[in-house]
Amino acid sequence: MELDQKGTAMANLTINGKKIEIDVEPDTPLLWAIRENIGLTGTKYGCGIAQCGACTVHVDGVAMRSCGVLVSEADGKEITTIEGLAADGKLHKVQQAWIAHDVPQCGYCQTGMIMAVAALLKDNPKPTDQDIDEAITNICRCGTFAQVREAIHTAANA
Amino acid sequence: MNQHVMLNRRAFVIGTAAAGAGLALGFNLPFGGAVARAADGSPEVNAWVVIRPDDTVVIRIARSEMGQGSLTGLAQLVAEELECDWSKVTTEYPTPGQSAARGRPWGDFSTGGSRGIRGSHDYVRKGGATARLMLIQAAANEWKVPASECSAASSVITHLPTGRTTTYGKVAEAAAKLSPPSDVKLKDAKEWKIAGKGLKRLDTADKTTGAMVYGIDFKLPGMLNAAIKDCPVFGGKVKSFDEAKITNMKGVKKVVKVGDSAVAVVADTWWHAKTALDALPIVWDEGPNAQTSSETISKWLAEGLEPSQAAFVGNQNGNAMAEIGRAAKVVEAVYNYPYQNQATMEPMNATALHTGDKLDVWCGTQNGEAAFATAVQASGLSADKCDVHKLILGGGFGRRGQSDYVRQAVLIAKEMQGTPIKLLWSREEDMQHGFYHPVTQCRMVGAFDADNNLTALRMRISGQSILARLRPEAMINGMDPATFQGLAPGGEAAIGYSIPNLLIEHSMRNPHVPPGFWRGVNINPNTIYLESFMDELAHAVGQDPLAFRRKLMGGHPKHLAVLNAVAERIGWDKPPPKGVYRGLAQVMGYGSYVAGAAEISVTDGNKIKVHRIVAATDPGYVVNPAQVERQVAGSFVYGLSALFYGGCTVKDGRIEQTNFDTYNSMRISEMPKVETILMPSGGFWGGVGEPTIGVAAPAVLNAYFAATGKRIRSVPLRQQNISFA
Repeated sequence: MELDQKGTAMANLTINGKKIEIDVEPDTPLLWAIRENIGLTGTKYGCGIAQCGACTVHVDGVAMRSCGVLVSEADGKEITTIEGLAADGKLHKVQQAWIAHDVPQCGYCQTGMIMAVAALLKDNPKPTDQDIDEAITNICRCGTFAQVREAIHTAANA
Repeated sequence: MNQHVMLNRRAFVIGTAAAGAGLALGFNLPFGGAVARAADGSPEVNAWVVIRPDDTVVIRIARSEMGQGSLTGLAQLVAEELECDWSKVTTEYPTPGQSAARGRPWGDFSTGGSRGIRGSHDYVRKGGATARLMLIQAAANEWKVPASECSAASSVITHLPTGRTTTYGKVAEAAAKLSPPSDVKLKDAKEWKIAGKGLKRLDTADKTTGAMVYGIDFKLPGMLNAAIKDCPVFGGKVKSFDEAKITNMKGVKKVVKVGDSAVAVVADTWWHAKTALDALPIVWDEGPNAQTSSETISKWLAEGLEPSQAAFVGNQNGNAMAEIGRAAKVVEAVYNYPYQNQATMEPMNATALHTGDKLDVWCGTQNGEAAFATAVQASGLSADKCDVHKLILGGGFGRRGQSDYVRQAVLIAKEMQGTPIKLLWSREEDMQHGFYHPVTQCRMVGAFDADNNLTALRMRISGQSILARLRPEAMINGMDPATFQGLAPGGEAAIGYSIPNLLIEHSMRNPHVPPGFWRGVNINPNTIYLESFMDELAHAVGQDPLAFRRKLMGGHPKHLAVLNAVAERIGWDKPPPKGVYRGLAQVMGYGSYVAGAAEISVTDGNKIKVHRIVAATDPGYVVNPAQVERQVAGSFVYGLSALFYGGCTVKDGRIEQTNFDTYNSMRISEMPKVETILMPSGGFWGGVGEPTIGVAAPAVLNAYFAATGKRIRSVPLRQQNISFA
């Protein structure tokens, strides 16, 4: 990234397969660049300290909490947000399983939860309950965990 | 439903003068023959039902959706009586401004106290039934046949003798011009086809794609973003701030003092606003509370446990004090419960546009009408120039029943007229400026006669009143009746035990930390106190905790029925698996009877694995069993998160916990298997979002005693070095 004298730079982000150039300081958290500079609001702010997982996106295919990733670190990498999870007009199998199990309550944490699960299934197509316990550490205050677990198994078997 | 929430208020407000004060809820047309229309021109059959020409049924929902599912449940109740095609149902929120202008046809918007369904089932069903009769009448008029020869099902009206049919969409316009019938008969729950079924929620799809617009996501052209800091010590004020230090920072547009206690930075993006706010030097006048701490509060509350201290009596029979004085055996214990933050996943936020002669607010709120009143008051405008547009909530749990964030957004927008302002709190602001679950302590005293019969129970609660601060009009001669939730002699939160001599009192002590409604409210501490102590009493006389309770519950058959149900399902009469221990609890709250049984194991004396929960609920009627099960299971996440991880502590007058690293919440690995028993017995309507929270903690604490012989009388467990395994 090239900095101007105010510390601003044009960052080149590839979001959901689209190259986007945005005028943003390199130390801006990726979360806020996605929400405010790019305008995709499916990625949620929950804590800002990478504790809750509501802001989970994929960076080069890896689930990351975007509040803890700087724009400068994401420069040139492939970023997928919840808006880019569906492909060819078809919802991702995790989204389909979420609908089949009616998982969300308030739903605020669910886009991050879905992104975390989609990444888990890419690495581990048939996770055990223990694998799920270790990999999925997102907070849900409504308490949808039973449905989340069922939907993960459904998606894994889809 | 997002695409429908932004209604044009003016489309409804045909004439405020026509809205009579005595108007029945939503059944009469307030406009003297003129058809009220939705924003797209479709006719309102009545306030609850709009039908589009393509047969789409738009059901108006006044209560707020925050995850609890009542948006879907209320639509099911209207649709049941309307006899419409469920696949064509969509919903929309009316606005509080429309409601005020029309004489409150939708009744109460407030969504708390587990009232969403139980507080409005009657009139929303009548709204659906009335609309159905008007639609049938319109078809009969067109056919020139008696309405009694016609029937409706799945949005199709049939003239039975001839088999002619028409649809709701075709006759809605004519139906909207008819006078509503005055007397409608509602179906018996046994006849329900849409209500009573575990239908899928209406709001799921958008919540899986990122398309759902929460308050934090709302945008308007030209909108600016605000970050705010309120004085960290409750009751303190802003002394000064050095605006010049940040005015040159990127994106900063304005620094605004908000009321006398807060400062906001307005910028192009929220990240810029927050970054600048963090760099803004602010000097606070911390006021008289800056020395207060959890220790000073605890000491003050402990004084209130003494019999010499004045107290309100919430439930009393016989003479507990005298009986305790002559008892063969007395058992005594002191418990306490801390402050808790609702910690909704979506931090507080609101967007406001003040044009100088008009104000609009967009936000998630549990109380649209209170948000509206707050917005009107802060705007300096008259009510007819203001409105609040409700958005889906990223969690409520009681927090969003308060409108402090709405007031702030309006005050900022008032300083920047013509520019839409979105105010968003940081998580740190949200953690430190809550309306917290109130803090209490409790001294329990039980007395036995020589035959080990419980002859007296005395319960002295000392601590904070929510109503004294938030709803003083609901106090009764200085007493907060809600303090006795789950302990009252009767009503919707009645105690489930008959004890010959009983005295339950509250010595009110109100620290400066703002108390609020926190999912479950006072049944959280009260059920820990009573149900843990019932366990203590049973063990004190060597009796089984279930058998001990049953002896006192003969006069409380519905309380007993849910307790028996969980005991039977968990297999109380058989020994648990090796290394597994059980605990029980029951309570009545929000008009429903609930019980929980827990199976846990404990490693090293301080690592708890909750294996299994059985939870029974009798809410009278169940409108959507799938959603009720989710509310019950979710109650264990909320209740056990508070038990293990919660507890907000006070130091130097402020709350110490600032984020999820210090105020943690359960993860999926800690979630027990929850088996739900729904046992609606009919004849009453109880709530389901909150009562089960009450039994979550004591069921686990009683199991912990069974496992370790150690009684836990203080929350949270993290402060006692006890954690999830």
